[in-house]
Amino acid sequence: MKGETLLRVEHLTMRFGGLVAVNDLSFTAKAGDITALIGPNGAGKTTVFNCITGFYKPSEGRVALAHGGEAAFAVIEEATAKGARSLKVEDGAIHLLERMPDYLVTQHARVARTFQNIRLFSGMTVLENLLVAQHNPLMLASGYSVLGILGLSSYTTRQKEAVELAKDWLERIGLTDRADDPAGDLPYGAQRRLEIARAMCTKPVLLCLDEPAAGLNPRESLELNTLLREIRDRDATSLLLIEHDMTVVMEISDHVVVLDYGVKIADGSPEQVKNDPKVIGAYLGVEDEEVAAVEAEVEGRA
Amino acid sequence: MAVLSQSTAAGAKTGVPDRLVSALKDAGFATLVMLGLCVPLVTLRTDSEEGGQLILVPRLGLTAALCLAVFFARLGYLTVWGKQARAARQPTSRKEAIKTVATPRYSLMTIGLPLALGFALAYPLLVTLINGGLSEARYWIDLGILVLTYVMLGWGLNIVVGLAGLLDLGYVAFYAIGAYSYAILSTTFHISFWLCLPIAGILAATWGVLLGFPVLRLRGDYLAIVTLAFGEIIRLVLINWVPVTNGGAGIASIPRASFFGLPFNDDDNGFAAFFGLEFSPMHRIVFLFYLILALATLTSLVTTRLRRLPVGRAWEALREDEIACRSLGINTTTTKLTAFATGALFGGLAGSFFAVRQGFVSPESFNFLESAIILAIVVLGGMGSQVGVVIAAVVMIAGPEMLRNLGFLKAIFGENFDPSEYRLLIFGLAMVVMMIWRPRGLVSTREPTVFLKERKSISSDLVKEGHG
Ligand SMILES: Nc1ncnc2c1ncn2[C@@H]1O[C@H](COP(=O)(O)OP(=O)(O)OP(=O)(O)O)[C@@H](O)[C@H]1O
Ligand SMILES: [Mg+2]
Repeated sequence: MKGETLLRVEHLTMRFGGLVAVNDLSFTAKAGDITALIGPNGAGKTTVFNCITGFYKPSEGRVALAHGGEAAFAVIEEATAKGARSLKVEDGAIHLLERMPDYLVTQHARVARTFQNIRLFSGMTVLENLLVAQHNPLMLASGYSVLGILGLSSYTTRQKEAVELAKDWLERIGLTDRADDPAGDLPYGAQRRLEIARAMCTKPVLLCLDEPAAGLNPRESLELNTLLREIRDRDATSLLLIEHDMTVVMEISDHVVVLDYGVKIADGSPEQVKNDPKVIGAYLGVEDEEVAAVEAEVEGRA
Repeated sequence: MAVLSQSTAAGAKTGVPDRLVSALKDAGFATLVMLGLCVPLVTLRTDSEEGGQLILVPRLGLTAALCLAVFFARLGYLTVWGKQARAARQPTSRKEAIKTVATPRYSLMTIGLPLALGFALAYPLLVTLINGGLSEARYWIDLGILVLTYVMLGWGLNIVVGLAGLLDLGYVAFYAIGAYSYAILSTTFHISFWLCLPIAGILAATWGVLLGFPVLRLRGDYLAIVTLAFGEIIRLVLINWVPVTNGGAGIASIPRASFFGLPFNDDDNGFAAFFGLEFSPMHRIVFLFYLILALATLTSLVTTRLRRLPVGRAWEALREDEIACRSLGINTTTTKLTAFATGALFGGLAGSFFAVRQGFVSPESFNFLESAIILAIVVLGGMGSQVGVVIAAVVMIAGPEMLRNLGFLKAIFGENFDPSEYRLLIFGLAMVVMMIWRPRGLVSTREPTVFLKERKSISSDLVKEGHG
């Protein structure tokens, strides 16, 4: 499946009253890739995420996600015409995310996300945060609570498995020692990692990260790069990433989409994008004659 | 307030004489405040003379006594028993004190509730022994039943407000539905209490879901207003749907509960005869006590279990951050509905119990004040805490009753003083004191539902109260 198209965003437009936050945006993300979505402040990146994950209903456009390989895109028109949210095909399915309520995007289409402003359950422990993320399988195992109240062992086993998965993730983000501490007590960098681990506990095929490196120090930022690469390679989860830190973007992404005022201005490999004068101009908000100087600076940083 | 706290903080750091001086100043200031309060409230009393004329009776002695009491209480607090005073006396032990807070202690839940349950089980025996007879203890057992009813209601509402963070001001509606379900089913269809109990619970839960649907999208103030309205609507329906509910007159002579088929009467097939006891009307009362104890324990057990199940964790996660919940694939609609339904279920069961105990129900018993008291118990106890609810229910329900027994106060305040008249005043004062002293309730820490190595209580600073 690696290398095949996973997510297809087509003619996505999002209007807030008179403001067009995202304007006719189309791009694709490949399975096994880290796709970065970059752009200056207010470019509409978070809005795109909210449309993909069902938190906003786009004004126009289609967001389709394929399970089990890009062959599923063959039925995309059929699904659209039928008005279906999802359509099963042979060993796979197509999901039209813009038609789904937010929780189904995670539950059925298996797209997980984090938030620009960390949203942990701060009064619950680190471990509890990771267990809440496994709500749906656990709910099923507890027989929608009925069997769970009776204390059946099948649920207890399932819960143990859930704790094991949580422990694995705690190990990977280096928070095993703090498992029983409230999430709100963690330092900022650890909270960011925990939010990623929590999203991963939903076992997504696509993980959307909204500025995961924001506020991290250089060492934490390096650790984050490793974690994200690991998620891509080991967990077979593709990533969609909003990031302002260009070193992170250039370092780890396989594909970059650049937004400015809701419009796509570039789309390609990090190399291509980095050297695109339009990107440098828009991203840094400078005049054409200054581009050369800025280019040199970016070169130096990357 | 700022003045007070500044001077006390300064007192803690400086030497003993300085501390005393600043404490004296502080106490003097508090006394002045008290005096200011006393002048309009206490010092002059209006009384009617024999001719029906109003006269003013000065009560300077009482005013002086109150001011002196405040002075010494404040002085004592600052120098002897207050936190800062203790810290100033033992500056070395301060670090340790902080440490003990951080180390895990046995949770209130694991010790407190079994202890309370043991006490509750022995309670009828205890009061019988103390009062020297079963019949003499009737007042106390009745009081126990009343407190336990509110404990159960508090625990039920705690699911909605404390765990799921949804402010429900109309909880009494479910109590009413439970009560009327039993009253109507038993008087018109002659269904026994034991069958009615689950039916009433299910009916109330159904109404919980029905109420849940329209309020799902609402948050905060709006949610509170709609639930408040729901409580009132139910009460108005009870008043106006005369053919079914008999309107404001209520439903009387509701059949009493039997002991699993054995009625509590002096017949040959009654409870007393069956067990070879001498008939006493108190048997029924004691039975009711254990019945509500069992129902309340059931509520507690189920809630504790649910908290450790995914649904309970989802409730708490919902209280913490609804958007994050949705991003994790949790259907917040059904999660909220289950919280409403579970809370309503226990409200309904408690309502049935109320009907069977009273033998009479009328809409008056289910007014807004009732909702407010139950909510106050939950908030006072500490949202989400079961032990807190027990303490708060005892304080709020038994406390005002105790005022009746404070006859000795007459010696201080004069013959005409009736302590129970001051119930609401004391009630309000207690609330204000609580808001200052423990804004998050008596038990404000949260116990985690699962742990790897050790269970650590979570401080209330981190736990959210929910948005509604
Ligand atoms: N719910 C909303 N209602 C109205 N306007 C909105 C809403 N959400 C976003 N916008 C507007 O849409 C535009 C794009 O916002 P968005 O948050 O997507 O930008 P962004 O690229 O994520 O910026 P940043 O880098 O600062 O996070 C902004 O002008 C913003 O004010
Ligand atoms: Mg953003």
